[in-house]
Amino acid sequence: MSALSHASIQTLGPTLIDTLSHTPGFGLALTLAAYLAASQLHHRLGRPALLSPVLVTMIAVSVVLDVLGISYQEYLSSVSILALLLGPATVALALPLLHSAPALLSDRLAVAVTLLLTGAVSLAITVAALTAFGADDALVLTTLPRSVTTPVALTLGESIGANTTLAVVLTLISGILGATIGPWLLDRAHVSDPRARGFALGVTSHGIGTSRALTESTVTGGWSSAAMVLNALTMTVALPLLARAFH
Amino acid sequence: MLSALTLLIGFQLLGTLLVDLTQLPVPAAVVGLVLLLALGAWSPKLVRRVQPAADPLLKHLQLLFVPPGVAVLTQVPTILDAAAPLALAVLGSFTGALVIAGVVLQKLLQRRPRP
Repeated sequence: MSALSHASIQTLGPTLIDTLSHTPGFGLALTLAAYLAASQLHHRLGRPALLSPVLVTMIAVSVVLDVLGISYQEYLSSVSILALLLGPATVALALPLLHSAPALLSDRLAVAVTLLLTGAVSLAITVAALTAFGADDALVLTTLPRSVTTPVALTLGESIGANTTLAVVLTLISGILGATIGPWLLDRAHVSDPRARGFALGVTSHGIGTSRALTESTVTGGWSSAAMVLNALTMTVALPLLARAFH
Repeated sequence: MLSALTLLIGFQLLGTLLVDLTQLPVPAAVVGLVLLLALGAWSPKLVRRVQPAADPLLKHLQLLFVPPGVAVLTQVPTILDAAAPLALAVLGSFTGALVIAGVVLQKLLQRRPRP
């Protein structure tokens, strides 16, 4: 299918399209344009979680690269600036935590207990499910950073020897789960306190869950982004220790 | 905007330096985050100075995950090979963690006034 559509486009205007699509800025322009369009679409349709802009952009970019016959390596070098910005973006996560610091500090014991208990349960279920199926150690390592916000999951995954691409995909899936069935599950469990709802969404589904939590209330959103950052910090300490068991 | 971005990258580089010196198995950017957290709690002025770059970066954080996400096409065989255990691990740990976090924190915060 890819070869076929590639060929038909080649006959349309081989030199022009080839020149354009192999310009160094092409991948970046494509990514930005697709992201802006996907964000607009998402906004207009009332922010459905399944049409999360990051998911739509990923699919649109993949299809265009496939049709134009651009390799992933070439695309990656065009968008290297986005990878570079992940560092300062991770540092910037300190700000939401600083904003909710007073509320968190006044309930620090409750927050710490919930954070540690949730982290332990999440990792235990992950490891148990995978080892029960006899999955290899590499797959276990890849699944571990799942609940961590993506920039941290990426670097953390690299340092524990995970398959970072798959780790990022699983992270995105967790985020989308949080935005789609997260609030429904919390309703079923009779969790109505906005602080607890926000915390649960942030600790399991990071940025994507946090943007969903923000639609409930600013309190929910604030506790969600704080939980996301606290979880990233806890996992940064815990995962390298746990990973030693699977090397 | 530019000075704010430079500050954020500066924190990341400081993190790299510390990780290199201490040999801690921690991502450098996370160390930068902790440094900004500590200094920002002490100086609100610093928080205001990084805000012009931090706000747009956090607002469009998802854009930065597109490149690694696009690589998913190369991972389809791995995902299909391990679809059942992966689905169980992800769905199970997501549901377990979400419900436990919500129920436990709500219980613990019960006596505290709701904002």
